[in-house]
Amino acid sequence: MAKANYKPTKSSYPSAEDVTQVKLSNGITVLARSNFNSPSIAIGGYLPAGAIFESDEKLGLADFVSSALMRGTQTRTFDQIYNELESVGANMGFDSGVHNVNFGGRALAEDLPLILELLADSLQTPTFPKDEIERLRAQLLTGLALRAQDTAEMASLIFDQALYENHPYGRPNEGFVETVQSITREDLENFHRFCFGPRGMVIAIVGAIQPKQAVEAVEKFFGAWQVQGQKEAQSLPAVHPITKTVKRHHTIEEKSQSDLVIGTLAPTRKSEDYMAASLGNSVLGQFGMMGRIGNVVREKSGLAYYAYSSLNSGIGPGSWEVSAGVNPKNLNKAIDLIEKELKKFVKQGVTKNELADSQANYIGRLPLSLESNQGVVSAILNIYRYDLGMDYYQRYESLVRSVTRDDVVETARKYINPDKLVIATAGP
Amino acid sequence: MKNNITQVTLKNGMKVMLKEIHTAPIISSWIWYKVGSRDEPTGKTGISHWTEHMMFKGTKTFPNGVLDKAISRDGGRWNAATSRDSTRYFETMPADKIDLALRLEADRMQNTVFTEKEVASERTVIISEREGSENEPTFLLGEAVQHAAFRVHPYHHEIIGDKADLLTITRDDLYNHYKTYYVPNNAVLCLAGDFDTKAMLKRIKALYEKIPKGKTPPRIVRPEPPQKGEVRLSVEGPGETAFTQIAYHVTNATHPDYFALDVLVSLLNGSSGLSYKTARLYRALVDKELAVDVYGWFESTIDPTLYRITITHRPDKTPEQALAVFDDEIKKIQNELITDEEITRAVKQAKAVFAYGSENITHQAFWMGYTSMFADYSWYVNYVKNLAKVTPQDVQRVAQEYLQPSNRVVGVYIPKGRG
Repeated sequence: MAKANYKPTKSSYPSAEDVTQVKLSNGITVLARSNFNSPSIAIGGYLPAGAIFESDEKLGLADFVSSALMRGTQTRTFDQIYNELESVGANMGFDSGVHNVNFGGRALAEDLPLILELLADSLQTPTFPKDEIERLRAQLLTGLALRAQDTAEMASLIFDQALYENHPYGRPNEGFVETVQSITREDLENFHRFCFGPRGMVIAIVGAIQPKQAVEAVEKFFGAWQVQGQKEAQSLPAVHPITKTVKRHHTIEEKSQSDLVIGTLAPTRKSEDYMAASLGNSVLGQFGMMGRIGNVVREKSGLAYYAYSSLNSGIGPGSWEVSAGVNPKNLNKAIDLIEKELKKFVKQGVTKNELADSQANYIGRLPLSLESNQGVVSAILNIYRYDLGMDYYQRYESLVRSVTRDDVVETARKYINPDKLVIATAGP
Repeated sequence: MKNNITQVTLKNGMKVMLKEIHTAPIISSWIWYKVGSRDEPTGKTGISHWTEHMMFKGTKTFPNGVLDKAISRDGGRWNAATSRDSTRYFETMPADKIDLALRLEADRMQNTVFTEKEVASERTVIISEREGSENEPTFLLGEAVQHAAFRVHPYHHEIIGDKADLLTITRDDLYNHYKTYYVPNNAVLCLAGDFDTKAMLKRIKALYEKIPKGKTPPRIVRPEPPQKGEVRLSVEGPGETAFTQIAYHVTNATHPDYFALDVLVSLLNGSSGLSYKTARLYRALVDKELAVDVYGWFESTIDPTLYRITITHRPDKTPEQALAVFDDEIKKIQNELITDEEITRAVKQAKAVFAYGSENITHQAFWMGYTSMFADYSWYVNYVKNLAKVTPQDVQRVAQEYLQPSNRVVGVYIPKGRG
């Protein structure tokens, strides 16, 4: 019926043959892939200048710097930068995480040089103009005031603090009111001078352009970038295992809904446990209408509009979290239901059908996740960041299918102990 | 075939729109029903959205818990949404799996099960959805502004509905609503993606043409009389941050002024889908340190809608100070002609946003159905062309006509935590 005008073969996914990977002499890695189906391009990438470099006293510094990059450069004002972008309908922006500053953007293919030039300008020669910095600070502080009123964000923040005690992952990237107030213009300049540089930077370009031209364009705007003394991040300290269940509550008065986050540590993205944990998580709180958690908390009990689990695996130890938003009077009921599900998950694992369903979903959804240029950008950046190999999507199906029920239950038991959880709640 | 799409009306009145796209092995299928929150009388607000939730409760063929698994197993993505004018359901699937979506939608158009038990558990889910929204100051403010702007027209209530009604709507109310509006002659089915039009049409006819035509569903028609004088209101709640929402009555999507208003809004607030840091209001309010953010938009609707601007205030400036500067900007665009370049810029922005959309098959199927809820597909196809026809004089005229204080509601969220 759906006539196979286009055979969904493995070769339509990114592979070593169609993703160009080049390392410039200054250390920048360029990844590029063509897609001429639409006249647009997407770019994305990162450089290792995240919050890991900042002190507790200046928490929020990396985030402040990344937000300030487009506020003025040696050749352009804030208004000029955005005028050039918005005039051609292009988008570009930065954000920051613990390890990296990330960037992304999109434009019509004809405007790729423009967006690369603005990217280069923002990364290499930001001037942090005083007025702009104060304007930005007011915005960041308002963001923090709104965060303090947001039950989901506060539950997540105190969850991270409890799970990752004395660890960079336990600190909120946006900082706190006092730390953001204490950051000076000099702090921003120094952070930029010592942490930003070409070494470790990765940029991916996907869209209506030949890979060779994309590489040449990056070379043109970034090839001459050199930074003496670009700092290297210290390695991550160990995380402290949870020894007993920890409960934390953050009070926000007069809210009609509370949010909860219950969870524990999870494997890193490179861990051999990752795929089994990911498929297990799909059964637990993703598949269909949010897996078993959604079924118990939403469908059967009608307690919440959203209830799901997520596995956050990156460079360092990840987190395995169940989240839900419930009426304050139902908070304990929801926590009990979730704890029961976690016990069942660890004791019984997943059924043959449940595993097969999630495996089919992982394989079947690939064409959708790799449909847009931005989808391909994020896929090839992940491949690079976690050393998955450019043939990852060619091997993907067998990687998914090789996970057994035993793998899932063993991985669940390795990471989840229902008597040793962090339970974080925020609300009245 | 016109505009690269095939449009057919089945014998039972159901409209079908098909667009072949062979860039990826994907098909996106959307079914749209002409029913939304505007079709709800007082006492039954929120019933369209609640019915949308009930559509996921299953049928005899696809019982609850089977539907979602069947779609996910095939690697599909699906969801639904209710707006003021319409309700939509979509599935985007690997191309060779789309038949499941077609069978599912044909089945649940007629056979969705509404049990007392499922209605009871969904009642608390929807109340929880509303309570989540009530946590947000801008939801509380937006609801109050909407209500003040539409006294007569049923756009006056939020899509989620009022809590009083969410507590009292019955199973039979929901079932009647479903039976009234979920008929093929009130539906539009749109598919875009990797299929052969002739074969697809044959399959659609086999599945849908046998569904009996229903009575033409009623639509509530209660035009809003012109507003006579500015309305001001305030909402108090927790927090430290104040917000102002300004809502002007503007036209519906098929009105001749629509595209001039679209250019006007893009100059004041930026183009939809892009950053807006060089928009006039951002420059006047944020760059001049009177606010930390200002954004605005207007929906494309069947009946006249609102152009809404939301200002997030700085703690060191009052809402009155920001509103005074806002009003100066409005006067400026009413008094001084904009340039041709500003229109060219708006057109280029729209072209880029259209190009991004064309990367995505789900998006393309969406637009076919979406535009047919308030106009027809030519509205979408001619969008950029119509934008380019707008003149500086048009923009000035609509600014003068619509952006009058007597035609607006100004609402302020006053945080109790400040001070």
